[in-house]
Amino acid sequence: MLDLSRLSCLGEALRDAVLTYKTNTALIEVDRHREKARYSYSELRSEAEKFAGSLAGHGFVADDRLAIVMSNQSKWLIGALGGLWAGAVLVPLDYKLTASEQLALIAHAKPKVLLIEYPYLRALLKEDVSALERTRVIVTEAPERAEIGPALRFEQLIPGKFVLQQRARDDVAAIVYSSGTSGAPKGCLLTHANYLAQAEVLGRMFPMKEGERFFSILPTNHAIDFMLGFVLVLLFGGGVVHQRTLRPEFLLPTMDAYGITHIALVPRLLKALQTKLEEQLDEREPWQRTLVDRLANLNELATQRAPNQRLSSTLLAPIHKKFGGKLRLMVVGGAFVERKNAEYFYRLGFPVAVGYGLTEAGTVVSVNDLKPFRADSVGAPVKGTELEIRAANDEGVGEVWVRGPTVMKGYLDAPELTKQTIVDGWLRTGDLGTIDASGHLKLLGRAKNMIVTAGGKNVYPEDIEAAFEGLVGVEEFCVFAANFIWPGKSLVDEQLVLVLRPKAGEQAAFPLAQARTLNLTLNEYKRVHAVLVWNDEFPRTASQKIKRELLARELGKSLSREQALKALTT
Amino acid sequence: MSDTVQRLIALSGKKFKVDSSAFTPESDFFLVLGIDSVQSLELLSEIELEFDVEIPDYELTGVKTFVGLAQVIDDRR
Repeated sequence: MLDLSRLSCLGEALRDAVLTYKTNTALIEVDRHREKARYSYSELRSEAEKFAGSLAGHGFVADDRLAIVMSNQSKWLIGALGGLWAGAVLVPLDYKLTASEQLALIAHAKPKVLLIEYPYLRALLKEDVSALERTRVIVTEAPERAEIGPALRFEQLIPGKFVLQQRARDDVAAIVYSSGTSGAPKGCLLTHANYLAQAEVLGRMFPMKEGERFFSILPTNHAIDFMLGFVLVLLFGGGVVHQRTLRPEFLLPTMDAYGITHIALVPRLLKALQTKLEEQLDEREPWQRTLVDRLANLNELATQRAPNQRLSSTLLAPIHKKFGGKLRLMVVGGAFVERKNAEYFYRLGFPVAVGYGLTEAGTVVSVNDLKPFRADSVGAPVKGTELEIRAANDEGVGEVWVRGPTVMKGYLDAPELTKQTIVDGWLRTGDLGTIDASGHLKLLGRAKNMIVTAGGKNVYPEDIEAAFEGLVGVEEFCVFAANFIWPGKSLVDEQLVLVLRPKAGEQAAFPLAQARTLNLTLNEYKRVHAVLVWNDEFPRTASQKIKRELLARELGKSLSREQALKALTT
Repeated sequence: MSDTVQRLIALSGKKFKVDSSAFTPESDFFLVLGIDSVQSLELLSEIELEFDVEIPDYELTGVKTFVGLAQVIDDRR
């Protein structure tokens, strides 16, 4: 990997990469079985320079913000790279959010330019777009006669003069939202130093070889794909492969056709892949299943100390062939990874790196280095990062605090929230864990009232509450993470619970039915799992805020988790 | 109920082995089929075969009901 220590910003590091690896393939974009685009590093450089020049031509200067709403594809990376070279602070937004959620974040981030793919612009234009009044919108791939409002077409931008804008290590490189689509937006201010430090550490732990291929399927706005599928892969001279559809029947053939060596997944996808493999194995003859089982045992034995891709892919060739035969690293993150799920794949010879990270601390705080493979922990802290367990109980379980070069500067325009989250240079994660004798972190619950879905989305109960405003016949209500009421050690299948107090003399049946209907209007991952009726007045502070911890404790004491979730499941 | 919605409901029930007789055009297909977004992409593949259309993944964004999905299909035919 390129030496990053002497560099001052991400744009400079990636500029070195494109100048070094000129003829290597940098980007490949596939749509179903068709290859749509391919760029060498030199071509990537030229495209990104053109975009950077166009930005400058539209008055974009260093420290201006460039928001990106695009699915995984070449232009995401071209746009981001051009943006960095034009001195931009990137604001990567989740293309899977609804248009109004995207607009809320745009209103908060106030980007100078929004780079957006046509289908998402089409959805935005159906909403009130006053948030875009001061933003220049650039749309990619809009059909010729499409209504694009005031947007400019990416393909028709007039290239301006390209001048590389140098940034300092302490300057903000990106604002990445870790939540807040309907509540208080949490825009993490990540500096160039944060990214360079993270790239350096991960690059040393999981080096890629020139020409290896990373399959980018997690949204690129997500910290993991941004780091692995954009920054790191380019620093190593590898190639990024984008597939425009995420359907399983197209993913596996793409892995085969392009010799994918690295992939990052969320736990839900890893689980889906396991289910598929198991179904296929179940259809085989009993002797074939026994053979696979024995070979997997042999592989497990042979890779006890470290992975051996060549050996594993020979021993279990038919299974490895399904994934293209070259896969040598699966990074799973964004949410809690089930141990047995990771172990299933390692047994079959696919190294799964299980780690822990949060946007507020760059990408990765701790990770298993695969020497040997472990899935019972989320690994030891990465070099340069310190972990502490604070306010531990008798079992050594307490809140995980993090300090190190990847911890963000703070939240955008939220000094109070920043002060609560970063205390004396330490980041409070809100996650509960313990550190074992070998220095590995084990996660055992959450101290904060939130959930992370298997798809890697952080959901804060307070953000959901707006959806239930206006419940008729209800005195007061609030939403909790079930684990916050009934502290559990598992972070799998986390659930939300709506608690409501009917008005005096009112029957609970009507508001219950109404709450269930409203629940269905929410995005799948935001829905509450159960609605509980609570007839006592909610405890409140002097300023009338609900004392959530106290209420959660009272609820937990009077109802068991099983009773509550079973009896009142929506 | 339009022909597209009817065929869509029957196809979805069959694909995920769920009794679809009580489904309505306004039913939330994630909920009544008990599927997540990854499985909804599998449904999209079945739809393409059944209706002989090509539907990009992004067309599913914000679509939750059978009638909404039928509209996407009809727009592409």
